[in-house]
Amino acid sequence: MSINCDIAFTLNGVKREITVPAAMTALEMLRERLGLTGTKYGCGEGECGACTILVDGATVNSCLMFAVDCDGRDLVTVEGVVTRPAGERLRDAFVAHGAVQCGFCTPGLVVQASHLIVRDHAGNEAAIRRGIEGNLCRCTGYRKIIEAIAAAADAATQGAEHGSR
Amino acid sequence: MAGIERYVAPTTLEEAAGILRTGNVTVLAGGTDLMPQTHAGRLQFQPVLMNVRRVPELSGIANQGTVVRIGALVTITELLESALVHERLNLLWQACDHFASDQIRNAATIGGNVCNASPAGDTLIPLLALNARAVLAAKPNGTLQLRRVPLTEFFLGPGRSCRAPPELLTAVEVPLPPAGFAGEFYKHGTRPGLDIAAISIAFGARRDGQLLRDVRLAFGAVAPTPVRAPRTEAALEGQPLDAAKLEAAAGIALEEVQPISDLRASDWYRRELIHNMLKRVITHVHQL
Ligand SMILES: Cc1cc2nc3c(=O)[nH]c(=O)nc-3n(C[C@H](O)[C@H](O)[C@H](O)COP(=O)(O)OP(=O)(O)OC[C@H]3O[C@@H](n4cnc5c(N)ncnc54)[C@H](O)[C@@H]3O)c2cc1C
Ligand code: FES
Ligand code: FES
Repeated sequence: MSINCDIAFTLNGVKREITVPAAMTALEMLRERLGLTGTKYGCGEGECGACTILVDGATVNSCLMFAVDCDGRDLVTVEGVVTRPAGERLRDAFVAHGAVQCGFCTPGLVVQASHLIVRDHAGNEAAIRRGIEGNLCRCTGYRKIIEAIAAAADAATQGAEHGSR
Repeated sequence: MAGIERYVAPTTLEEAAGILRTGNVTVLAGGTDLMPQTHAGRLQFQPVLMNVRRVPELSGIANQGTVVRIGALVTITELLESALVHERLNLLWQACDHFASDQIRNAATIGGNVCNASPAGDTLIPLLALNARAVLAAKPNGTLQLRRVPLTEFFLGPGRSCRAPPELLTAVEVPLPPAGFAGEFYKHGTRPGLDIAAISIAFGARRDGQLLRDVRLAFGAVAPTPVRAPRTEAALEGQPLDAAKLEAAAGIALEEVQPISDLRASDWYRRELIHNMLKRVITHVHQL
């Protein structure tokens, strides 16, 4: 067993304090300690992207991140992403385009896609494909996912013209 | 899994080097190697886990005139977004472009890639070709000391380097290549970034009329460490390029690196790849 550490961070806009073992993953902390089960455990090795979260505005695999490294940082999970305009648009686009089958990959893809859209890295199909290379989907064949992300990115561009992002 | 008895996140280099003095410390940067390696039991934690991500001296990319200093904590994403790296160290930029996924690139650091010392580590191959050196810091008797090691001497075997346990990698320094230097990085794998390379090649040179100058060549995943290929370089240096020279260079490279067989590819397949892909990258660079 490894020693426990006290850490504090912002999670979906709310300040949190928690005590975690030094070797615990951020994914385990989110799911098992904080009850945020939207973030999924797929491979635990950085290959599938089901555990994607935002840390200080960039996406990472939470299964590769040490929970102690969350100290002082700003975390956003899928639960937080869908309350933002980009996340709402993505959720609606995934539904409208039938981009969800079993749904296991969906939270990770929505978080990753929101990051691509906010960073303006979802301008065309090639960019979207490249941006989601780290997210595996065993059901859909990706086409509808890519269409959904492209639609949400278009809506975001139009939204930006009206000042909501 | 052996227990971690203490977790520390120093905020200065002095402090970090002081903690490292005891030598029983696991250094944590992005964690993308450390987490899977410790989970799988391939690596045991030392009693102290030291997160260096809050040490400001380890960050930033800076043009220092003759060298570019890349802080150990610089992520692959930061390298990709750097205009300086794109323009002056394009061989390194290309390797970053072939690196894993967006999520991994956002977390993975160049220092972690170097210290992990994988024979297939993607940034190591261009760094070797670009004559980079590692900057190591230690505090043996109360004062901070730096030493610089050329990467050609840094790697000792898979996962092994000449970094001593009390040393911290603070940066890699890459001499600016001469004007007109161009290069190409090639990585063979089936899933674009996420595959571990079966072989990788970094080739760079400068065109001087019909002649190739400043020829640099490094290979990944063909030997226990990433390697330079000095005999192949010498065979091309100052020469005009024609089909016979190209064929001869590929032959020398195969003698020089003697690829291995493993899970990812047989030695025969690696030899084929080296032979064909080396000819291709040399031809491309020659045409630039
Ligand atoms: C799914 C996946 C895909 C990957 N794809 C690629 C790829 O395409 N190409 C590639 O090259 N690699 C790849 N990797 C490996 C890994 O992401 C890289 O090696 C990365 O650069 C490691 O950096 P890090 O900051 O995460 O290192 P960490 O895991 O934090 O550290 C790695 C090692 O270096 C030591 N260390 C780190 N920083 C320092 C320092 N400043 N001083 C002393 N010691 C230090 C640590 O103690 C540890 O032993 C992949 C990994 C995963 C999980
Ligand atoms: S669970 Fe983290 S990448 Fe698969
Ligand atoms: S919908 Fe099932 S894995 Fe993607």
